Amino acid sequence: MATTKERAYKYVGARVRKMDALERVTGRAAYGADITLPGMLVGKVLRSPHPHARILSIDTTKAEALPGIYAVVTAKDLPPMEKVAGSIGGELTITLIDLRKMTIAHDKALFDGHAVAAVAAVSPEVAERALELIDVKYEVLPPVEDAVEAMKPDAPLLHEDLSTRSLGERAKRPSNVAAYVENSFGDVDKGFAEADLVHETTYDTKMVHQGYLEPTTAVVSAQSDGKLTVWSSTQGTFGVRRTLSQLLDLPQHRINVIPTEIGGGFGGKVYAILEPITAMLSLKANRPVKLVMSRSEVFRATGPGSPMHAVIRTGVKRNGRLTACYAKIILDAGAFPGAPVWGAGAVSFGPYKTDNLKIEGYDVVTNKPRVQAYRAPGGTPIAFAIESHMDEVAEKLGIDPLQFRILNAPGEGDKGTSGQPYNRIGMKEVLRRLSQHPCWTSPAPKGPHRGRGLALGYWPGATLTSSAVVQVLPDGGISLFSGQVDLTGTRTTMAQMVADEMQVPIENVSVRVADTETAPYTDLSAGSRTTYSMGAAVHEACKDALAQLKTHAAQHFKSPKEDVEYANGVFWVRENTEQRVDLQTVAGNSTRLASGPICGYGTVTRLQPAHQFAAHVADVEVDPETGKVTILRYTTFQDVGKAINPTMVEGQMQGGALQGIGWALTEYYDYSKGMMRNPTLLDYRMPTALDIPMIEAVIVEVPASDGPYGARGIGEVPIVPPAGALANAIYRATGRRLHTLPMTPQEVWGAIHSK
Amino acid sequence: MKPFTYVAPTSLREAHQVLAKAKGPGDIRALVGGSDLVDQMRVNRRTPSVVLDIKRIPEMKRLQWLPRSGLHVGAAVSCTDTASFPAVAQHYGSIHESCQLVGSTQIQNRASMAGNIGNSAPSGDTIPGLITFGAKVLLTSPRGKRPVLLEEFFTGPGQNVCAPDEIIQEIIVPPPPANSSGHYLRFIPRNEMDIAVAGVASMITLDRRTHRCTAARIALASVAPTPVRAKAAEAVLEGKQITAALIREAGEKAVEAARPISDVRGTIEYRKELVKVLTRRTLRLCLDSLGQKVD
Amino acid sequence: MPKIPLAFKVNGDTQEILVQPWQTLLEALRDELGLTGTKEGCSNGNCGACTVMVDGRAIVSCCTLAAEVEGQSVITVEGLAKGGNLDPLQEAFIEHGALQCGFCTPGFLVSARAFLNQNPHPSEHEIRLAIAGNLCRCTGYDKIVRAIMDVAQKGA
Repeated sequence: MATTKERAYKYVGARVRKMDALERVTGRAAYGADITLPGMLVGKVLRSPHPHARILSIDTTKAEALPGIYAVVTAKDLPPMEKVAGSIGGELTITLIDLRKMTIAHDKALFDGHAVAAVAAVSPEVAERALELIDVKYEVLPPVEDAVEAMKPDAPLLHEDLSTRSLGERAKRPSNVAAYVENSFGDVDKGFAEADLVHETTYDTKMVHQGYLEPTTAVVSAQSDGKLTVWSSTQGTFGVRRTLSQLLDLPQHRINVIPTEIGGGFGGKVYAILEPITAMLSLKANRPVKLVMSRSEVFRATGPGSPMHAVIRTGVKRNGRLTACYAKIILDAGAFPGAPVWGAGAVSFGPYKTDNLKIEGYDVVTNKPRVQAYRAPGGTPIAFAIESHMDEVAEKLGIDPLQFRILNAPGEGDKGTSGQPYNRIGMKEVLRRLSQHPCWTSPAPKGPHRGRGLALGYWPGATLTSSAVVQVLPDGGISLFSGQVDLTGTRTTMAQMVADEMQVPIENVSVRVADTETAPYTDLSAGSRTTYSMGAAVHEACKDALAQLKTHAAQHFKSPKEDVEYANGVFWVRENTEQRVDLQTVAGNSTRLASGPICGYGTVTRLQPAHQFAAHVADVEVDPETGKVTILRYTTFQDVGKAINPTMVEGQMQGGALQGIGWALTEYYDYSKGMMRNPTLLDYRMPTALDIPMIEAVIVEVPASDGPYGARGIGEVPIVPPAGALANAIYRATGRRLHTLPMTPQEVWGAIHSK
Repeated sequence: MKPFTYVAPTSLREAHQVLAKAKGPGDIRALVGGSDLVDQMRVNRRTPSVVLDIKRIPEMKRLQWLPRSGLHVGAAVSCTDTASFPAVAQHYGSIHESCQLVGSTQIQNRASMAGNIGNSAPSGDTIPGLITFGAKVLLTSPRGKRPVLLEEFFTGPGQNVCAPDEIIQEIIVPPPPANSSGHYLRFIPRNEMDIAVAGVASMITLDRRTHRCTAARIALASVAPTPVRAKAAEAVLEGKQITAALIREAGEKAVEAARPISDVRGTIEYRKELVKVLTRRTLRLCLDSLGQKVD
Repeated sequence: MPKIPLAFKVNGDTQEILVQPWQTLLEALRDELGLTGTKEGCSNGNCGACTVMVDGRAIVSCCTLAAEVEGQSVITVEGLAKGGNLDPLQEAFIEHGALQCGFCTPGFLVSARAFLNQNPHPSEHEIRLAIAGNLCRCTGYDKIVRAIMDVAQKGA
């Protein structure tokens, strides 16, 4: 459905101000914790102090007897599990049965911070007192902290009923390996045999958190008429509705999920983690309940990003052409299956052309919080591995790292990691722009302990289902509503599209993110799909609304509909420009005519993927005595297809780069005996404004084959290259290769001073 | 947070009346900036029954430089105010530097050096500099006042010599000797908002004529249960013409005072290395300030 | 434990409320006065989302007891705009696209306002140092720093 005709757009492509910014800079935008309801109670959760323990008994009688306590719940308060079916999520699906067990521990606590019980009270003080009065008896079990350890035959088992699903078959013997998947094309053995050089390296990364500033929050009001109203700062309201419906055995029409403003998600607010417990409390107390996680709870019990262990092997000809690409990727899912094996596999060799590819993926459970998506899930760790690896290969061949990548860059028709040929992609154009940019052409930073690194990134982009409704109001104003949660400014980009499609001033357009009771079904906002898929749905809805308007105008002109023309708010009949009628009149009349008010509907599902490619260049200086890395210059290049709003596109590129930089240099879950030792923003160490320079964002536009205006998704791929770019820069600054993330000062120092 | 009583006396006398009722160690905690105490109370790491806000007591707001007795900084004077006090910048480099390192701008606007000292974390950034300048803390209680040499104040992580009814009234830093200079450096993985993996303050006095080192003071943070002096390193320098080789040797010797642990912030090995590096760097900064070239 | 009567100024208005001794300024602003523009991101002074000005200085309201601000003047994000006009920083944040999710924005605006009042002509480094106590996870800080630099250059 790509818009093929070239029309000059007024708003699409312009730096339009963010529509909702005024509410945010004045402090009026309402996020989850800002919701207050009459008679609202405070919810608090009792969490397991053990990473792995059997729950022998839970005695809540003392807590229930405490004055000011209105509800105490445990897993026993959930309706029977038999009816629960299906799975949920975007790129990382989880079965709803596992989600039920993750929400509140059943017979076992499976990670440090696993919810065991919850209370609703008149005040936080009473709620905290009640938690102290709940008596839980545990049988402490040895924790499984690491995926590679978890795969060993003698490792303690998390789930007695879990066995390995391998190529469609379920094994009989229980195991911590939930799945083995294989993806291949060509013949890697033949490819390795043909190679002049075969290179193999191993990489490890740790668990990280999305680090959204707004702690996870839920407000639920169980009404006397049996309806459940939920205020959720979620990336997907319809998923929350389905989860609650399944876990609480309520029909979907009795649940309304209202999206609040969301203070960052990055994939970490996809599942309903807190909503089910909050709903249980509200139903039991018969009063509204608000539950806000503390920062330590956010770290210990939401859904972080997956740690990885990977082995990369490639074969190359002396001229630099890749003959075979192999990766073994072990991903840690945390306590329940569903690590981003697909994402890591898809990203892996995405920026490289090869005829022979094999990827083996393992989805392994450990005693950690169940992972959720984190911006291009699986992409950052695997790109760190592959981009480091490719630099090593280029060096062994004596080829410049950029030339090596240009030589192997894929184009339209070349096979991607899925085995399907790419449609129109921008990898080569990204590399061409980079090769001419001062960040690369300028001399590498002078002085000892300085170096420049390059890395590529890829993300296939999700599509799924999106729907939108465009109403033309009686005064000619346009109202767009959808159930698509606005994470970073998509209300504005949608308004830009509506204004251009309907050819009206953007001031006449309003956009609302509606609740699940109002909006037509829409999948979650994740996977860089919002602008792409939702944009396409908006485009369809506008087309529908315009067609309806033309029907009305045709009645007005008493001419056939096919002869009615429209531009810039005015209708006329072809070859008769004398007679004209404006949009406002047609829309005003529509409320009184049989064909009715104007309400356009658009829905799209499963567009072609719009592949996203990026390249980052980093200049660093390393303090050889302390190992500390200072970023001197950072430049990002990204093919965005078409930048609907360049300011917002740059913001995505810069923000994603910063998260990737944090992942590369300072951020990680520090586990000791299964317990997280650094669950604070002080010790988790996300980058501050002093830790990075300005990030130059270079927008490259190679139109996508499908989707609105040639736009591609933009949000995910910026987080993919930073770790590789920094690892390569650190290598040039120090002569040492780090094969693990994060590259903290201590690790870099250790590498410099190792023999 | 566990319930407590909040009192904000407006005179020392009133404060003493409150302190006289202290039921035991930790029963009453003095409050200045709250970045340590409020956080600790939230996670039940400290559970006082009385929180004594000292910011309305005039004596606690004293900020004065007297040529004979030196610098007087009341317990409630914020790090921001301390750092911007001209005498601090002029005479006490390391104190000036460390007051601008505590937490963030927001924290420095409320936190005080006395709060940093009273919290008694081994990582307190303002402490090593104060120790090298020979600072004393003046404790006050219903029983009277007593000065305690800062380097003798700490007894363990989060612990000090204060009796249950005693609080810090002010910090007194003697005037530095002529031709002396002090600097503080800490190492953190980020560039702000972090706890020192290791911190070192050095203070050097040179003979004006011979340029020999007449006194050296080196104190360490984050590498022992309490802030500590590195006396063996000081001895390397005292009475000598400071050379690059001596600076290196002082760094090596400074490690002897370090008894670090491996934790989330760093390993023993790394912390010991940082002590060497930071000792060398602070010594060079001191000599730079004194216009003394080394090699 | 009896509640404490607290009289203070918030955004120029005199407020008289009762607070628990252990209630933080953040909680009092949000829960007692309904000023929810000030956000709670970590509750231990490490993220800056709860930054407000007390007597002109930026502080973290999560580590400040409400009772401590008796008689003092508090400015929150809701008090930055004057007489229907946005603070130039608010304008600049919108113009530069210096916010995405917006959760950290109130804290940044208050920090930046307090800072520019003290230091109207800062360098980029000084700006970065002044806002280093405020974490942002969406923007990479680039556009935030540019917005503040822009306001400083215009002398607003």
